[in-house]
Amino acid sequence: MMGNLLLNHLSSLNTWMRHGKRIPSFQKILIKGPWHVSHKKVPVLVHDGKSIAESLVILEYMDETWKENPILPEDPYQRAMARFWSKFGDEKCLPSFWQVFISQGEKIEEALVSASENLKILEGELKGKKFFNGETLGFADISLGWIVNVVILLEEIMELKMIDEQRYPSLSAWMKNFSDFPGIKDSFPPQERMLTKYRTLREALVATRGTN
Amino acid sequence: MEQSPSCLKLFGSWASSYTHRVQLALKLKGLHFEYVEEDLTNKSPSLLLHNPVYKKVPVLLHLDRPIVESVIILQYIDETWTDHPIMPIDPHERAIARFWCHFADDKLGPAAGAVFGSSGEEQKAAVCQVHENLKLLEAELREGAFKGRRFFGGDKIGILDIVLGCGSYWLVVFDEVMEVKLVDPEAFPLFHAWLRDFEEQKEVNEIIPAIDRLLEYARGIRQLMLSLKDTTSSTTTTTATATTVATNSNNNVVIGSGTSV
Repeated sequence: MMGNLLLNHLSSLNTWMRHGKRIPSFQKILIKGPWHVSHKKVPVLVHDGKSIAESLVILEYMDETWKENPILPEDPYQRAMARFWSKFGDEKCLPSFWQVFISQGEKIEEALVSASENLKILEGELKGKKFFNGETLGFADISLGWIVNVVILLEEIMELKMIDEQRYPSLSAWMKNFSDFPGIKDSFPPQERMLTKYRTLREALVATRGTN
Repeated sequence: MEQSPSCLKLFGSWASSYTHRVQLALKLKGLHFEYVEEDLTNKSPSLLLHNPVYKKVPVLLHLDRPIVESVIILQYIDETWTDHPIMPIDPHERAIARFWCHFADDKLGPAAGAVFGSSGEEQKAAVCQVHENLKLLEAELREGAFKGRRFFGGDKIGILDIVLGCGSYWLVVFDEVMEVKLVDPEAFPLFHAWLRDFEEQKEVNEIIPAIDRLLEYARGIRQLMLSLKDTTSSTTTTTATATTVATNSNNNVVIGSGTSV
């Protein structure tokens, strides 16, 4: 799941960057080689023969290399905040959503409680802002963009509601604002394919774990 | 730029390698700051106020605004006070530094923690994992991104030295406390030499606690953990605490559940 979600990051970035920055053609390449074998991670960006791994590292690299329409703010404190929220998304939100996905029976509710703690924190940070970055899309938004895809998947496959407008008005609005940002929707992985893939995965998980 | 102490305040813990990272960076930059030692078993209201999400040290307060998470703090310091840079200039070099900082915290640290938190066969497997990680670093020092360098940052200590270094001393402590061989000088000669060199730097020497203190601390926690594992009636709280201590990511593992990444 992580690999795909990271791909989402990069896809979103890829599209946004093409929209916002004039980037000479670069290839989003997933390569086998020392990075892949040693670190077993994707995505890997290759630029001028140099490879950079890890999506957040790639994001910063791109921002420093192609300087028009920066996605990180100029102010060091705002940059620290953007990095913080990206990290929070990866370290806290992602595992908690995954836990929902792999849970069964009453454990689902437990997992949802955990996940919603994180959602509350994000809601608090947004506090009516259009994007985590403010008026326009930024680093934190792109880093957290996977939430949009994952929540749709979870809600559909597990038949539950994770981000409802009443509890999370700002987050709900953000999901829409993010998706509607020029180019972003095009970068989303094909919905049907994702649904099928993860539905199958979910079924397999349920089957192997039995009554847990 | 001289800053008055009231401008910069660091909440930390004496045995926290994450705290040491920030202290070292501030020292390298010649920045004065007020230090507040946190009792991680009884966190101060200030700490909880400034880091409500993670509730951990270190927290750097600058002009009353908190910055948390050590690698984020390091970059903040570097971007705010630009003399004596700790990040490379070239974007690709910066990406490499960032990647390996992630590696230190996502891979090497937890692996070391797993060694500390286990025994017997489980520990042997955990030691192997640490060796796998050190092999990767050794390879980068030998023929990869850091070939021929004295420090990861080049001639001077950089962000990766700070991140890896403040934490790797625990590997040496673990070697002694548990009679394992993590930083084997034969298997990892370059890493071993780098660590020695790093620890001998004046600023580093002034920050990292004396080895005896670290040994005593680690021994105490290790004994507690082992005794908890032996008793069948261990409470969930103490077991959880011990487990948290042991596996709470990164080289900072022994310091207790209150330390940040």
